[in-house]
Amino acid sequence: MVNSVTNMRMEVKNLNFYYGRNLALKNINMGIENNKVTAVIGPSGCGKSTFIRILNRMNDIIIGSRVEGEILLDGDNIYAPQVDVVDIRRKIGMVFQKSNPFPKSIFDNIAYGLKINGISNKTEITDRVEMSLKNSALWEEVRDRLDDNAFELSGGQQQRLCIARALAIEPEVILFDEPCSALDPISTAKIEELINQLKERYTIAIVTHNMQQAARISDYTGFFLLGELIEFDKTEKIFTNPSQKQTEDYITGRFG
Amino acid sequence: MYLNPKIEQRVVQAILWVFTLATVFILFFIIFYILHKGLPVLSYNFLTTNPLDMGKSGGIYSTIIGTIALTIMSLLIATPLGVGTAIYLTEYTRESRITRVIRFGSECLSGIPSIIFGLFGFILFVTKLKMGWSILSGGLTLAFMLLPTIIRTSEEAIKSVPYNLHEVSYSLGSTQWQTVTKVVLPSALPGILTGVILSVGRSVGETAAVIFTAGSALRMPTSLFSSSRTMAVHFFILAREGISMPNAYGTAAVLIITILIINIIAYRLMHKFIKKYS
Repeated sequence: MVNSVTNMRMEVKNLNFYYGRNLALKNINMGIENNKVTAVIGPSGCGKSTFIRILNRMNDIIIGSRVEGEILLDGDNIYAPQVDVVDIRRKIGMVFQKSNPFPKSIFDNIAYGLKINGISNKTEITDRVEMSLKNSALWEEVRDRLDDNAFELSGGQQQRLCIARALAIEPEVILFDEPCSALDPISTAKIEELINQLKERYTIAIVTHNMQQAARISDYTGFFLLGELIEFDKTEKIFTNPSQKQTEDYITGRFG
Repeated sequence: MYLNPKIEQRVVQAILWVFTLATVFILFFIIFYILHKGLPVLSYNFLTTNPLDMGKSGGIYSTIIGTIALTIMSLLIATPLGVGTAIYLTEYTRESRITRVIRFGSECLSGIPSIIFGLFGFILFVTKLKMGWSILSGGLTLAFMLLPTIIRTSEEAIKSVPYNLHEVSYSLGSTQWQTVTKVVLPSALPGILTGVILSVGRSVGETAAVIFTAGSALRMPTSLFSSSRTMAVHFFILAREGISMPNAYGTAAVLIITILIINIIAYRLMHKFIKKYS
């Protein structure tokens, strides 16, 4: 399955993930291609969110969780003992399901990531805030109100602000964990369009419960069921001619 | 006994209303009585001249300064200790036997009568550690009394910061300390401040613990090692030794007004805090 990916940015090798004694992900192998969108689909509870959070070590925080196997970024295992987890998260950004701006101004929301990463030059911060907002297609809507509290933005705008915040620190890979699940169709369309533009410069992985969304925006799709990766292939193939019966049943709506 | 629901409702309402009224009445009666007796004595001079003749005449200037010095001293010690403990309990450790022991210990601390703190402070700081009756001894003793409040309010404030803000912060490549100082603490600040301000009120009004540890010298304090008399102690001595009842009431009025203002500020902050996260 992995073979269909030609230019791998990240690679997952023999991944097992445990919550305590409970094996939540079983022997996952898949690749994430450079400058492409890789979608992860599956019914609720299949482990897709758990999976994507393993890719930037967000699950490290969970008590009693354990990872076996390797996750490679540009050939290096991000779970290797000498690796600095802070550094990994800097390289692999994340946008969460619920938009979650800090209770700060629009400007400070984006400047936060820059400041903690040691950028203190005011001009540079201002420039990068503007650039990130432009890249997340939010600049025109907020350019005159950068000092307003981020909570005053609409849900869709807040989510694009969160994308801008992730872009500002210039990660190599961006993970999206169901970024549109709380948004209306118009906001969703905007974010999808944005993801489509972003893949020119970033490598993207997205979890979605919305199969149409996966079909629309992704180049590769992995189908998860009960903690296993049932099938992974080019999106076109998954949606037109899946090789597994379970995949076909799921995408044709027979369950899930 | 069966009552018509409508009548029952009326009766209950009336009884509860009387209870509430009684509570409010007691509060207003005390405040009114003290202000009534004390306000006539208050003047610019009363606030800005030192007590003369054991407090029989003159003002309360040195006791105001003493109160401020002692309060600041106690907060300077208690705030970092308390907020630090709260950060440790909420962010740096998981629920375990140790955290339960720490919490239980701090709860017990809050139940100890203040005169015991005073006696303890007297034995440890004043005599054993030879600090004498001083602002330092008093400040340290008061700090121990304030710790439980500051720890509890800070803990609540920190816990109420949504967990997803931690997550985002980590996802942007921040360390735990950066997350605590730049995301958690700023969000929790109004809540923490509420606890600190309530502690100011406690510090300003405390008498028993202070009289044992900071003493009751009427001179203007000149250093941390000066003995000093606070307003509360001054009031106590004036009234108990029958030196001057008018001046005692004047001091009490200043005390009550100060504490009212402090509580009003604390309430305002608390409301602001609640509004922000709901």
